[in-house]
Amino acid sequence: MNNYMSGAQIVVEALLEHKVDTVFGYPGGAVLPIYDEIFKQKKIKHVLVRHEQGAIHAAEGYSRSTGKPGVALVTSGPGATNSVTGLTDALMDSIPIIVLTGQVPTFMIGNDAFQEADTVGITRPCTKHNWLVKDTNLLGKIIHEAFYVSTNGRPGPVLVDIPKDVQFASGNYTKKKDFLPKRYTPKIKPDNNLILKAVKAFENAKKPIIYSGGGVINSGDNASTLLRELVDKSNFPITSTLMGLGCYPASKKNWMGMLGMHGTYEANMAMHDCDFMFCIGARFDDRITGKTDEFSPNSTKIHIDIDPSSINKNILVDIGIVGDIDISLQAFLKLWKKRGAKTSLNKTWWDQIDDWKGINCLSYKKSAKSIKPQYAIQRLEELTKDLDRYVSTEVGQHQMWAAQFMGFEEPKRWMTSGGLGTMGYGFPASIGIQLAHPKSLVINVAGEASWLMNMQELGTAVQYNLPVKQFILNNERLGMVRQWQELLHGGRYSHSWSDALPDFVKLAEAYGIKGICCDDPNKLDDAILEMLDYDGPVIFDCLVEKHENCFPMIPSGKAHNEMILSAEEPEQEIGKSGAVLV
Amino acid sequence: MQKLFLKKGISRKSAYNLRNPKDDEFERHTLAILVDNESGVLARVIGLFSGRGYNIDSLTVAEVDHSGNLSRITIVTSGTPSVIEQIKAQLDRMVPVHDVHDLTAEGASVERELALFKVFAKGEKRVESLRLADVFRAKVVDSTLVSFTFELTGTPEKIDAFADLMVPLGLKEIARTGVAALSRG
Repeated sequence: MNNYMSGAQIVVEALLEHKVDTVFGYPGGAVLPIYDEIFKQKKIKHVLVRHEQGAIHAAEGYSRSTGKPGVALVTSGPGATNSVTGLTDALMDSIPIIVLTGQVPTFMIGNDAFQEADTVGITRPCTKHNWLVKDTNLLGKIIHEAFYVSTNGRPGPVLVDIPKDVQFASGNYTKKKDFLPKRYTPKIKPDNNLILKAVKAFENAKKPIIYSGGGVINSGDNASTLLRELVDKSNFPITSTLMGLGCYPASKKNWMGMLGMHGTYEANMAMHDCDFMFCIGARFDDRITGKTDEFSPNSTKIHIDIDPSSINKNILVDIGIVGDIDISLQAFLKLWKKRGAKTSLNKTWWDQIDDWKGINCLSYKKSAKSIKPQYAIQRLEELTKDLDRYVSTEVGQHQMWAAQFMGFEEPKRWMTSGGLGTMGYGFPASIGIQLAHPKSLVINVAGEASWLMNMQELGTAVQYNLPVKQFILNNERLGMVRQWQELLHGGRYSHSWSDALPDFVKLAEAYGIKGICCDDPNKLDDAILEMLDYDGPVIFDCLVEKHENCFPMIPSGKAHNEMILSAEEPEQEIGKSGAVLV
Repeated sequence: MQKLFLKKGISRKSAYNLRNPKDDEFERHTLAILVDNESGVLARVIGLFSGRGYNIDSLTVAEVDHSGNLSRITIVTSGTPSVIEQIKAQLDRMVPVHDVHDLTAEGASVERELALFKVFAKGEKRVESLRLADVFRAKVVDSTLVSFTFELTGTPEKIDAFADLMVPLGLKEIARTGVAALSRG
């Protein structure tokens, strides 16, 4: 095959070599040559979003639910700047996506040309790496490097900025097999001495806890399998971060639920009181640790992470192992089993955990008159848990309730914006997920305020007939903001309500899809079933209790063992040092 | 011309000092970073420091291997031991970074900095500045009837010391290159 072709052809050729089947994008002046090539072929499906932010989140949803990198294509200037939030979101959550941006021609760069922006400059801190391609001969190699960098080591977003003259000019295409990754070689094999030390600490643990995170999912399905083996053979209790839900099945008895600010009482208490903590692919985020100097004071801590900078960043650990989770757990399990698969688990530890579980921290006051948001999620869970289901969320109270009340049995079934906390993430993400899994049920659990942030993507859902279910817990409030204002700012609800809301049913009808509104707990099940039965996109406007708070909660600046379980508890003082935290 | 105001030891501090230098555990480290000489690489490294609130006391960068397309960035930074570890880990995971050496932690190293000093003086002070320059082995690279410009190479401490001595003699301007450093042997 002739390797001499235009830059635009090189882009399409390289995407095909990387087996890209879907590209999320929005055309514009500086990417027209690439769009011309996309027009001429049939193998790559281009999905026209309604805003570039939507393209990036959709690519994220595609990637998170498949494990493959997501690809987005946007134009220069505003196209590129609109992608910044999505790139930052993917960076924080370690999601591999490749964003291709058009750029003004090389000879106009720096002249404040029409739709010019310093894209590589703007996106430098919000990508794992980015490239400005100045020579068509280098374009193929750079795209291969972009895929390589994005998916190897700790995954993350990358961006390739391609000036229009580079797209038009012809050059030699470097085939994928001729590209040799030379300079970026992350360490994936763990140090054997450290594995031995870790195994010894594991064997001696009396009150252990396994704390897993999104790194397990990123490492591939085998990492989850190994994690399950480790938990089942050792009978250690396991909790997970928001990002790691699904890597251990929620239905099994060793599962303690999510930990952290809105995690379960038992998970957080066990984190605080354990004598051994095994952190696997998580990063001691501030949502997890609470007050760092009172974090799990009496435990030996082991941390496996592929990113050396995650180790000892927030919490000093005793044994820090740099390596891929899959490879590291293989080595760990092999050695542990070779030494006889011993544990020193203290029997009273499970009794203690069961006592904490007995508190039933997720309980809430039921109501016969209004739909409690927790109840809505519980019913949704009950009616969909046995289906082939993928769930995305927006950000806020509904996200935490979904994490608390929904159970995930497999990895890559739960897609949420954890690190950046991007309101508006869920709807476009659900579109990306549905495109990757056309036959599956895809639900976006949303709050009305978050959902409105990217509601333009209704057009995308309708155009491609994607049967995404938008399950909106509508409390006419920015729920989490309002909760903090109640707890921290004397109930002064400054600008935390959603005024001038649309009639969501009419909005759905305006787009020719189905809208359902429900405000009666007795009719909720039927309404949810109606949503599930409908073959097409649905907006479900679930009118819920307006001033419900999300509990349990570790208040800012407090330690794990200082959780608030309900609003009825004697009021806890959140100090000034706590109020300054987010 | 206004007299230059130099407080003792302040000359190495820059606007990038974001963390509290009064912390007891504060350490000064010299990092030698080998990077691909590609456009934007310096911005990437500096952006990491400013974005994460690390200090840059001095920074030098130049191509060191033309055929291999490599540059060396030498950064003098300061922070608590855990921050220094973070800085190294954060630098090491960047795509264009080949290796990071902490010359302060890895044993003996040599550090050199070049500086130019412009001193305006008359009479005895003019003679004294020349005499001190001789002691420090500074070269006169320019002179007028009322001024000297000295060139001095040495450790940052030596350059600080010379600057301190020149202030009362009429030091008006300094230009410093920042540190270049290599491990010994």
